[in-house]
Amino acid sequence: MQELLLKMKQITKKFPGVLANDNIKLSVKPGEIHMLLGENGSGKSTLMNILAGLYKPDIGEMYIKGSKVNFKSPRDAINAGVGMVHQHFKLVDNFTVAENIILGSAGTKLKLNAAQAEQDIKLLASKYGLAVDPAAKIWQLSVGEKQRVEILKALYKGSDLLILDEPTAVLTPQETRELFQNLRQMAQDGRGIVVITHKLQEVMDIADRVTVLRAGKAVATLNRDEITEKDLAWLMVGRDVVFQQQKFASQFGVKVLELNEVQAMNDNSRPALQGVTMDVKEGEIFGIAGVAGNGQRELAEVITGMRTCSSGSIYLDNKKITNLSPQKIIRQGVSHVPEDRMGTGLIPKLGSVDNIMLKGYRNSYARGPFLDYKKASADTDKLVSDFNIKLYDPSAPVSLLSGGNLQKLLLAREMSLKPLLLVAVYPVRGLDVGATETVHRLLLEQRARGTAILLISEDLDEIFKLSDRVGVIFEGQINGIINTEHADLEEIGLLMMGAKQTGDMPQ
Amino acid sequence: MTTDNTRSLISLEKKLSPSPVMNILVPVISVFLALLTGAIFLALTGKDPIQVYSVMFNGAFGTKYGLTESIVKAIPLLLAGLGLAVAFRMQLWNIGGEGQIYMGAFGATWLALLLPDQPAWVVLPAMMLAGAAAGGLWAVIPAIPRAYLGVNEIITTLMLNYVAILWVDYLVYGPWKDPAGYNFPITPSFSESAILPTFGDTRIHAGLLIGIVLAIIIYLIIFRTKFGYEIRVIGESPGAARYAGMNISRKIIVVMLISGAVCGLAGMAELSGVTHRLQQGFSPGYGYTAIIVAWLTRLNPLGIIIAALLFGGMQVGGFAVQMNGVPAAVVSMLQGGLLFFVLGGEILMRYRVSINSCRGDDKA
Repeated sequence: MQELLLKMKQITKKFPGVLANDNIKLSVKPGEIHMLLGENGSGKSTLMNILAGLYKPDIGEMYIKGSKVNFKSPRDAINAGVGMVHQHFKLVDNFTVAENIILGSAGTKLKLNAAQAEQDIKLLASKYGLAVDPAAKIWQLSVGEKQRVEILKALYKGSDLLILDEPTAVLTPQETRELFQNLRQMAQDGRGIVVITHKLQEVMDIADRVTVLRAGKAVATLNRDEITEKDLAWLMVGRDVVFQQQKFASQFGVKVLELNEVQAMNDNSRPALQGVTMDVKEGEIFGIAGVAGNGQRELAEVITGMRTCSSGSIYLDNKKITNLSPQKIIRQGVSHVPEDRMGTGLIPKLGSVDNIMLKGYRNSYARGPFLDYKKASADTDKLVSDFNIKLYDPSAPVSLLSGGNLQKLLLAREMSLKPLLLVAVYPVRGLDVGATETVHRLLLEQRARGTAILLISEDLDEIFKLSDRVGVIFEGQINGIINTEHADLEEIGLLMMGAKQTGDMPQ
Repeated sequence: MTTDNTRSLISLEKKLSPSPVMNILVPVISVFLALLTGAIFLALTGKDPIQVYSVMFNGAFGTKYGLTESIVKAIPLLLAGLGLAVAFRMQLWNIGGEGQIYMGAFGATWLALLLPDQPAWVVLPAMMLAGAAAGGLWAVIPAIPRAYLGVNEIITTLMLNYVAILWVDYLVYGPWKDPAGYNFPITPSFSESAILPTFGDTRIHAGLLIGIVLAIIIYLIIFRTKFGYEIRVIGESPGAARYAGMNISRKIIVVMLISGAVCGLAGMAELSGVTHRLQQGFSPGYGYTAIIVAWLTRLNPLGIIIAALLFGGMQVGGFAVQMNGVPAAVVSMLQGGLLFFVLGGEILMRYRVSINSCRGDDKA
């Protein structure tokens, strides 16, 4: 019998109010790609953080290549051959690729042999097709390249067990395919690969085995030949999932939002938007697709008045709103579901009523200099029941709500303002399948009411499902606008990487 | 079978929300622990802690004189604590209460010396206005660079304390020195009409009423008005405030103006109600003690009334134990201990401490 690379038994980890991992069993064989599938909050990351030595389990045992291990720190895990590629990269921007890779593993010698290290890294990189220049500085690299550096770092430290936490979230479809090929090659070398994901398609594409987590429990481990998409969805959610939400044809009206050659800087005063021209019509969902960091955040902020537009013009309902204050733009009928829902869209430590008042405290909830808490409470109660928000105490801090309920509360407030334009940035990020469906339904309902919606998302499936048109953003420009009916995933992927649009696209 | 168990003995787990019981319990326990720590030091220096504390308590609250004196000392702490709490609510760390008290005293004195012959109903309101204005403007000086350039207000407000104190020193040693004052660093006494009325034969003056009324007004402003709502939102989450279209920079200046103005009133009340003249070092660090007063109540304006009384009592109790050969510095130590335990108590509110048993649980 083949010796298992990893065996985890009865892993249990409790956080206050949640049992994040409940008696979980997981094994990884050498040479396999083992997917860990589950909704957000199902306990995938907790389990992997235990394996990487970041958390200690309350109960449970781990064996690596047959011997029991007890990690006291990430260093123990690294020494045992466990390498983790986190979703948020842990790299030093001003160091070179080689320096980052040998960081922490250079031994006790005082002098670094940089040339030798670079040579080693080059060999390692070419062996697995992980193309990256060891002498380049991290800040010069694309997101995909940074991920390769993280993988190389793990390999360089001699990891036989590689964990990747949602590695495809930041990649284009092409980059994803390339990553999967690289992973397959590493597995063929006898390594074990664990990939955390919530995307069924990825499991179908590359998994040798899959373990499905639901509410902290491992509900099933299936082999390649036992896997069907439908079963996986059922296992993951615990009920049947309706995959296609019916999108009713909508009558597009006049242009509600119009951007003309809009330019803006990012927080570091580098150009982030470099001439964005686009429009969104009444009753239309306009999706913005693109690799994260190509100006999405700045685009949403410049429209909502939170960022200065350095040149160009923005019109709402034919009135110029360029560089008006956020307050004036809100008053003109722009609602905003920001990327950061806790801390921007909502105030974590205040209660639901205080949060519902955030946009209307100046007018609809004001009585002279005082606040009309009675009206705000009544409105909150109504929104809570209309939007089916699970809320026990309207005065308790909203930080106690789950991600889905938070987003519903935020959408409830923004939609209750009856906006002309709704700017929604990553509206379902971090939400589970059920909450995602609800948010999508709400957006479609809003569209049916004639609201113009600008949807910024990193999930192409979501954009395809909801949008009428898609604009692909690349390095601060709209690289192409495609009608979703004619859209083709391949073409959007190319546009996301900077290819120019060919031919005339019907608008 | 391995028996090594790597779980630490004590671990902190994040709690969902602080329970209402804890909100009361933590300050009470903090006071107790501070007294306990003080007791250990007293015992180590050969004093009987119980005796010292009972002298202290009796000195502060046990007699009519002690109680009224404690209230007198509580008044500037109450006013300054309220002023600081307004700024702290917005996460503006105004450490400049002391300087704002001195500037408030300066403003009030100027008016008192300027209008020696006017009736009280003219002079007292004018002194209050001048004190509030001087304290407020003094706080606006660091507020402007904070609002527009992000200059750290902790440093600037603290530094301006020294400037304000030296400015008052200059006045009482120089141009405003009482010619009949035997060369003491004091101004001439205020006229009758520049003195706040007192209650009966005590030294408790109308500053107490001003403080209590202000506490209620500030409570209502923070929790019931649009302006207070903005303060809370900006304090909790500047990102959300910007998103909702609040003008944070302007609010920083307005809030610091209010904070400094209320601290300035503390200076005015102390002069007009107690010392009746401007003198060097008239505040024994009220502006700093008020920081502890404000935090002890978790910035609740109504709670500050009680906390101020407690700290006023500690000052008076400190004088009482001095007679027994215990240095008055024991009071500073207790105050420091209090702040320490209150801040430590915050951890108890937000986290649950769990003590893990060391029983081995591997049955492999």
